Amino acid sequence: MTTEELKNVVVAKSVDARGTACPGPLLEAKKAIGTIKAGDVMEILSADEGTKSDIPKWCGKQGHEYLGAVEENGYFKVYMKKK
Amino acid sequence: MQPEPESITIKLQEQIDALQAKVSMLENSRKDQLSIAIVSGDLDKIMAAMIISLAAATMDTKVKLFFSFWALSALRSKNIRGKGKNFISRMFGIMLPRGKNRLKLSTMNMAGAGPLMIKHLMKKQGVLCIDQMFKDAGELGIEIVVCEMSMNLMGFKKEEMMDYPHLSYAGAVTFVCDANESSMQLFI
Repeated sequence: MTTEELKNVVVAKSVDARGTACPGPLLEAKKAIGTIKAGDVMEILSADEGTKSDIPKWCGKQGHEYLGAVEENGYFKVYMKKK
Repeated sequence: MQPEPESITIKLQEQIDALQAKVSMLENSRKDQLSIAIVSGDLDKIMAAMIISLAAATMDTKVKLFFSFWALSALRSKNIRGKGKNFISRMFGIMLPRGKNRLKLSTMNMAGAGPLMIKHLMKKQGVLCIDQMFKDAGELGIEIVVCEMSMNLMGFKKEEMMDYPHLSYAGAVTFVCDANESSMQLFI
């Protein structure tokens, strides 16, 4: 998905993990994924560079769809769709 | 003389059974499971083991940690003192760190200044503290197996071990069996 498309996507849940380093954001994402429905989109806010490559790998293994990441000022938003 | 058809069927069945047993053994040897033998009792190494375990558990990989020798210091609770120890065991108990918050660094320990600095940096940069790591590990179902032999050797008592939801006591065979089934085995 392009950055423009990602900015307009409807997010069911936003997880702010900017206060934690690896593997904190992944733990937060794992806790939050149980609270949304299949097909819902979740965004994860993280200031940790590693998360950008960790989330796609996690999605790949769990079967969720990785949508992409958007750079913000000092952090980024990672988008994924629950299977 | 031609062999009887019945005996051929029996032979085929035997071969199929043997193959099935082999296939199930191969399948079991590649479980989505991580086994770590943790022997070191240094703060940095225990942290590395916990971070890898947490990352694996988040990916729904089953994690089994086998704690032995110096690593057992990390599992001791701060306040509880074991009873009925002999002189050497008491000395070990005094010399070794009492719990995960008193561990030393493998390098740059600087008489305890190193761990304080690392903990300060971790807090500043939002790295989970070691207490939180064990708490999350418990919630994610990470199993901790305590090597009974080394626990006895160092004179630690069961009542000294920290409260952890998935703690059990076993021997080296348990680790070998678990590691044999795991697709990942690490030694720290």
